[in-house]
Amino acid sequence: MEAYSNLMQEILNGKFVFTGELEPEKTTDLNELVEGAKPLVGYAVACNVTDNPQSMAYMSSLVASYLVQRDAGMETIYQLRCSDRNRLALTADVLGAAALGLKNILALTGDHVSLGDNPGAKAVYDLDAVLLTYMIRKMVDEGVDLAGKPIHEPPKLHVGVAVNPNADPLEAEIIKLKRKEVAGAEFVQTQVVYEMEKVDSLFEIYNQYGIKVPVLIGIFPMKNYGVADYFDKNIPGVSVPKELLEILKMASEITDKKERKEKYLEINLEYFENFVRDIMKSEAKGVHVMAVGYEQMVRELIARVRGEG
Amino acid sequence: MIVVEQKPLEDILDMVKDCDRMLVLGCDGCSGIYQVGGEKQAEMLSSMLRMGKKTKGENKEGDLKIEASTVLRQCDKEIVREALEGSIGGYDAVLSMACGAGVQTVAEVFPEKLVHPAVNTKFIGMQDREMGDLHERCRACGDCILAETGGVCPIARCAKSLLNGPCGGQVEGKCEVGGYEHDCAWILIYNKLKEFERLDQFLKLRLMRDNRISESPRDLKGSIKYSGGGD
Ligand code: SF4
Ligand code: SF4
Repeated sequence: MEAYSNLMQEILNGKFVFTGELEPEKTTDLNELVEGAKPLVGYAVACNVTDNPQSMAYMSSLVASYLVQRDAGMETIYQLRCSDRNRLALTADVLGAAALGLKNILALTGDHVSLGDNPGAKAVYDLDAVLLTYMIRKMVDEGVDLAGKPIHEPPKLHVGVAVNPNADPLEAEIIKLKRKEVAGAEFVQTQVVYEMEKVDSLFEIYNQYGIKVPVLIGIFPMKNYGVADYFDKNIPGVSVPKELLEILKMASEITDKKERKEKYLEINLEYFENFVRDIMKSEAKGVHVMAVGYEQMVRELIARVRGEG
Repeated sequence: MIVVEQKPLEDILDMVKDCDRMLVLGCDGCSGIYQVGGEKQAEMLSSMLRMGKKTKGENKEGDLKIEASTVLRQCDKEIVREALEGSIGGYDAVLSMACGAGVQTVAEVFPEKLVHPAVNTKFIGMQDREMGDLHERCRACGDCILAETGGVCPIARCAKSLLNGPCGGQVEGKCEVGGYEHDCAWILIYNKLKEFERLDQFLKLRLMRDNRISESPRDLKGSIKYSGGGD
């Protein structure tokens, strides 16, 4: 198999990879996003650029992915949702992404638009994540679009998908992942997990279904107690471990700002360093660190588990 | 069946404010069976409208003629014509309590009359008498896949009409849309297929739909094999 991206190359080389996450917001100014990506160069092999996360109408992830690659020198994983585009628009964006030199796409069904900040919008879902994966692989491998129409200079990029190890029943989620593999998914990033048991049970059922797609386990170091508390309360189906939430809360009571910041860093590093080391011993091929705007933490964590810190 | 819901009285009064001679027309089909737009409801609505209009004083009292009637099925041109031919001349407008198809049937049969809807047509559904609820069950997609999905329709019952669910929005079998109250259709499908030892169907990658099948307007030409008429 040919690797078009650094991400895929490293996975194929058997290197344990790290990916980060960047979130363009409702703005035309991408300076902060680009600056946030720069410190991660050399640490994360690539960063996801979110596409209207939680169905918020934000700046185009295609444009943001391109500018991060160009101006920060950070390879991107362009997230692409089916919520907002039919197969024509998706085809157009995949072609556009390839023309701009993007090498990885994460195919997502996407949160329902009614959960976002324009809740009355028409939800599209002409395709879903499985079919978007199928479409992209057709474009790349066969050089045709979904309707079989030939593409002049087909795109060369990789397609990844998401899976939620917290899903209950997990088997239904894994069977859907199997469909994604059949459709041609090349890598998987998981929803946030906090415990090794979740990782283990994921691989158990993964193997039961003979799934081979490389997995990057999603983790979420939390910049402060507020972020942790929000996540715990508002992301259904996932909760922050009680003890972790409690010590973060204790840290939030430290009055000195610098000291507080250091404490947060220490708590996160302690928890996630051990967790990542355990993940490295599992069948996972990498870790996806979803700590938007917490570059210091991401760098430090990666350096430590690589034995550089 | 087609599920309808009566519009708020204020909206109806506003809609018919310049109609003096009006027939409130119920339907004994779906709308009547659900007791939203049957004979009794047509009578009730007509008396409410008479009262409402009198209170508002928009019409001269002597001119006001609001009467109720019902037909067997408003979505059948022959039935509508036969039932109303003799009496329709006495009215300027018809306020229909049938689904949108019924409203338009009346309007097509009597093109010189104004026909307004008194109900909102909601969905094709199932009734749960015990709970007094109505639930959407079909979207008339034109290509029924219930045989593959354990008899649970993902088009009507999955908030995203996914062919390859469940999406990441399901939590313990509930759907992210509507605050985790509705069952996730794809978990229902999974459970059903598992029960019937047909998980191979669940594993199947479903290719994209040809949406031309469900694009409006749709017709089935020359396909009626009976004479209509309610016999
Ligand atoms: S698949 Fe669903 S929407 Fe389509 S015809 Fe069957 S029940 Fe109706
Ligand atoms: S949670 Fe289930 S029903 Fe709701 S949109 Fe996702 S797959 Fe469809």
